Amino acid sequence: MTENSISSDLLVVGGGIAGITAAVEAAETGLTVTLVEKNPYIGGKVAQFNQYFPKLCPPSCGLEINIRRLRTNPSVKLFTLAEVTKVEKAAGKHKADVRLNARYVNDLCTSCGDCVKVCPEERANAFNYGMDKTKAIYIPDENSYPPKYVIDMGSCNGTSCNKCVEVCKYKAIDLNEKEKYITIEAGAVIWATGWEPYDANKLDILGFGEFPDVLTNVMMERLAAPNGPSKGEILRPSTKEKINSVAFVQCAGSRDEDHLEYCSSICCLASLKQAKYIREQYPEAEIHFHYIDIRSNGLLEEFYNSVKEDEKLHFHRGKVAKVIKDKSSDKLIIEAEDSLTGNLMQNKVEMVVLATGMESTAKNLPIDKSFVDKNGFLNSHDNGIIACGVSTKPKEVASVVQEATGSVLKAIQTIRGN
Amino acid sequence: MAVETKVGVYLCSGCDIGETVNIEDLGKVASEECKVPVCKNNSWLCSDTGVEEIKNDIKNENLNRIVIGACSHRFLADVFKFDPNVLVERVNLREDVAWSHKPNDEDTQMLASDYLRMGIAKARNSDIPKPQPVDINETILVVGGGVAGLTSALAAAKAGNPIVLTEKENQLGGWLGRFHKVTPSTTPFKEPEDSKIEELISEVESNKNIKVYKSCLIEKISGAPGDFKVTLKINGEVQPDPIKVGSIVQATGWKEYDPNNLSELGYGKFDNVITGIQLEEFFKNGKPNSAMNGKPLESITFIQCAGSRDEKHLPYCSSICCSVSLKQALYVREKYPDALVYIIYKDIRTPAQHELFYKRVQEEQNIFLTKGEVNNISDDGTGKIILDVDDTLLGEKIQLKSDVVVLATGMVPTTLVGKVETDGESSEPAAKEKAKLDDGKKAAESAEVGAKILNLTYRQGTDLPTLMYGFPDSHYICFPYETRRTGIYAAGCVRSPMDISTSKNDAYGAALKAVQLLYATKNGVAVHPRARDASAIDIFLQRCTQCKRCTEECPFGALDEDDKGTPLPNPTRCRRCGICLGACPERIITFKDYSIQTISSMIKAVEVPDEFEEKPRILAFMCENDAYPSLDLVGRYRMQYNPSVRVIPVRCLGAVNVVWIADALSRGFDGIIMIGCKHGDDYQCHYIKGSELAEKRMENVQEKLKQLVLEPERVQIHTLSLDEYAKLPGIFNDFVEEITEMGYNPYKGM
Repeated sequence: MTENSISSDLLVVGGGIAGITAAVEAAETGLTVTLVEKNPYIGGKVAQFNQYFPKLCPPSCGLEINIRRLRTNPSVKLFTLAEVTKVEKAAGKHKADVRLNARYVNDLCTSCGDCVKVCPEERANAFNYGMDKTKAIYIPDENSYPPKYVIDMGSCNGTSCNKCVEVCKYKAIDLNEKEKYITIEAGAVIWATGWEPYDANKLDILGFGEFPDVLTNVMMERLAAPNGPSKGEILRPSTKEKINSVAFVQCAGSRDEDHLEYCSSICCLASLKQAKYIREQYPEAEIHFHYIDIRSNGLLEEFYNSVKEDEKLHFHRGKVAKVIKDKSSDKLIIEAEDSLTGNLMQNKVEMVVLATGMESTAKNLPIDKSFVDKNGFLNSHDNGIIACGVSTKPKEVASVVQEATGSVLKAIQTIRGN
Repeated sequence: MAVETKVGVYLCSGCDIGETVNIEDLGKVASEECKVPVCKNNSWLCSDTGVEEIKNDIKNENLNRIVIGACSHRFLADVFKFDPNVLVERVNLREDVAWSHKPNDEDTQMLASDYLRMGIAKARNSDIPKPQPVDINETILVVGGGVAGLTSALAAAKAGNPIVLTEKENQLGGWLGRFHKVTPSTTPFKEPEDSKIEELISEVESNKNIKVYKSCLIEKISGAPGDFKVTLKINGEVQPDPIKVGSIVQATGWKEYDPNNLSELGYGKFDNVITGIQLEEFFKNGKPNSAMNGKPLESITFIQCAGSRDEKHLPYCSSICCSVSLKQALYVREKYPDALVYIIYKDIRTPAQHELFYKRVQEEQNIFLTKGEVNNISDDGTGKIILDVDDTLLGEKIQLKSDVVVLATGMVPTTLVGKVETDGESSEPAAKEKAKLDDGKKAAESAEVGAKILNLTYRQGTDLPTLMYGFPDSHYICFPYETRRTGIYAAGCVRSPMDISTSKNDAYGAALKAVQLLYATKNGVAVHPRARDASAIDIFLQRCTQCKRCTEECPFGALDEDDKGTPLPNPTRCRRCGICLGACPERIITFKDYSIQTISSMIKAVEVPDEFEEKPRILAFMCENDAYPSLDLVGRYRMQYNPSVRVIPVRCLGAVNVVWIADALSRGFDGIIMIGCKHGDDYQCHYIKGSELAEKRMENVQEKLKQLVLEPERVQIHTLSLDEYAKLPGIFNDFVEEITEMGYNPYKGM
């Protein structure tokens, strides 16, 4: 083993809820684990959610315990800002080449925040989907793990500014840091690479990018989150004012052959949940819900039933044709078919939430393309590919955790079989 | 304590701590007042030199307790980690003091001093728990030989564990053995597939790690994780010698919702109304039924949600029926190419890639799908069924004439006892009432009404406790395997309606947890949520009064009872939550690092000013899982709150013993606030009942206050989730204000 080469029983790629679960479950079963995550923090998409359905509890609660399990377990080694560039199998071992992108902040960082105070540059806050700004040196969220700052070099003036370097008492900043390369050798690899929201810019008829009051469901999560851009107060983006009416557009890009042909599974429940966010803050707001089928499978039906009791929430079955600007006001008009009446309907609302779907990121992975289906999902557990979470199919958190836990047993089979 | 404690205190003045409090003075609290032998300051304690100094002192001074006065315990745990025989206590001077209080203020200095005193007291009154490895039996019992059970058994066997698989029928395979085909699970998700259940069965039967018992019921399971004794009943005969297993997967699956309850849809009234399962069996092996019996078939109608999503029957969705009927529609198309197939649904629920299958079926000729509600069902006199359907697409009422009507009946977990509780007409009010009964009673009762599948000899009942509609309870979003019986994991449709691939995933997950449990138990440590905790309960039984509170309140059924009611602990069932410690009025339950003495010593360490100083003191017990971490966030966001509050993190609000409240009041604390997780149906408490129990125990607390002639408002309880951190300063400030108005604790200074 050279300095740049490490070895563990298991390599987990992706530090979202699937990857974290797989890593800690494996470590608690006696395996040594290396967890790699491309972001500067772990927690993936769920770290950006406000609440989970159906309990309406914060993801930070489960993450808190999981991160405690991870940080206190010496069997897990975590690399953030890490991207797997190549995986080879030789002599029963998987060898992964990993690029460690520069954080420009080292482990001496105490997250005191002095650097932020002096940083003159700003950047769009990716954690909040660009709805606000952070300094060029930033922490994605106050509850992020690892709790260390990171620099967005695209927005930083580098050593010509150097203010953060000068103010840091703990010698934690190195603006000249270069990316590093390491090799990870493991008996098995679990791919937990997750998803990205479907690009709403591709849904041009729905007005995203054109009208500021059209947002996506993932943005809505940030708007409603206490640690979001408006501290949890849901305001109309164009005016920053309170909301009187909102429409949810389901299957925005899902169940659509021009976009994602599959159903993204979670969007119905996610929007029903977001309708509750609206209701909690605006008891009088009119909420329009445009859907094809409400898919609250299994016991989650209970949650749908609880939303149905809301008298100011109007369900409209039928696909939305387009979102346009009202000529006589600053509102938006939803044009949709109501398939229960056959009529074409128009609703004026102040804000539109597009329930954009989940797109697997697996097609960009350095693995044999035969493991990836035409929609970008991984075929799990064939010929040594162990995959879990949304990389195998769209699913909600509970099913992700079940599959991630089970993937560890698949890994043990592979490791003990060698 | 066997070895005398020798404490070293290390104070960091970095990260604004030095600018907020006087570190020199703080050091004197440790060295002069608490008389710790070693106390040092450092402006950068987490630096290499800072940590090195501590390591050297441990070696040279034989320190075995290190108190770090710096940042929160949630940071740098790997940096401040020393010899395993050295206990490390973190005093949070950064988030809880410097970042949330006024700098260079007398009250802030007092706060820091108290936290340091409390930390030193805790370090002196705690011990390092050592894991107690035990010999265990590594066999895993899998109950149920359907697809989930077979998958679990094979998965764990292939990982090297011996397995005993029991099946109540005389053959393996469960429902899949009765199915003709299954909905597609692989790309391109277009055609029904063979279930390959026979291959799975033969793989299980030929695996040398797996012992299969068919026609086998569980007569009795006694013991605890690592050492369960399972008495089998095979072909009706109770086996004399119990088998020994270490952990258990319950994959007992589902029953069909009884179609005899569906007379409004014609079942039992008309011969040609059958269930989806009857249709499946007809296609599987040509088994005729009252409707499919060789007669020509011109039209067939599937009624979806027959008994599901219906307040009068099953309020929930059975999840798979849409895909199953779509699949069966294709069977009909293949065998009867000219037949018309109608599917009447509420919503078509084909999540994820099942949508691709739905699309493929939609493209099939002669299959007609419509949303609708069946309003009336009748017979046209020639043997055809007439269905009146309302609420269709386009708002029209339609009438359909069919040779055969197929009811897509739903799933009921095998763990359900009696009828499903609903708000509908046919609900059983008694069942609803039952659910409202208090815990102890419910526990005792569940021993009688449990599904009697596992037949556990636990004091709290025979089976996994259920949450709703008979499905076993777990922390089902984040921690679906966090069941209420350690070492027993539910998998597949017994836990919730799910499709085959989800069932298989779940089977793998449950099997992993069963394997993991063995690993943890063997090493003498806890499983989730206090995974790897080596502490264990110790009960000083000589002083037990057999009040049974601990045996009733343990959420995990860890404690059984002898005839007199003396608790019989089962250490490997224990999850180390400390709820028994909170329950015990005799204060005889102890963990090495969390005991009545540990917390009492912290309470007593606080210097309570006398009433003339006009400085109130508030004690806060905060759950370490959510409430206490949220206090870190308050600090990180630099929110300020009243410096009168002294916080003690606890394992769970349920692990707060009333004696601590009495101690605090007699010490002169003016008010006590307890902050824990939400409870109820959507509970967030990781120990299920902890925060709820704390609320119930408040009654005792109020009684105590009455005895002391103190205002009941002096002790309050709040629920808080981690994302509600911004509410904390307000909760504290308001409470201090309320207490100040009320006046000081009259016992102050006595």
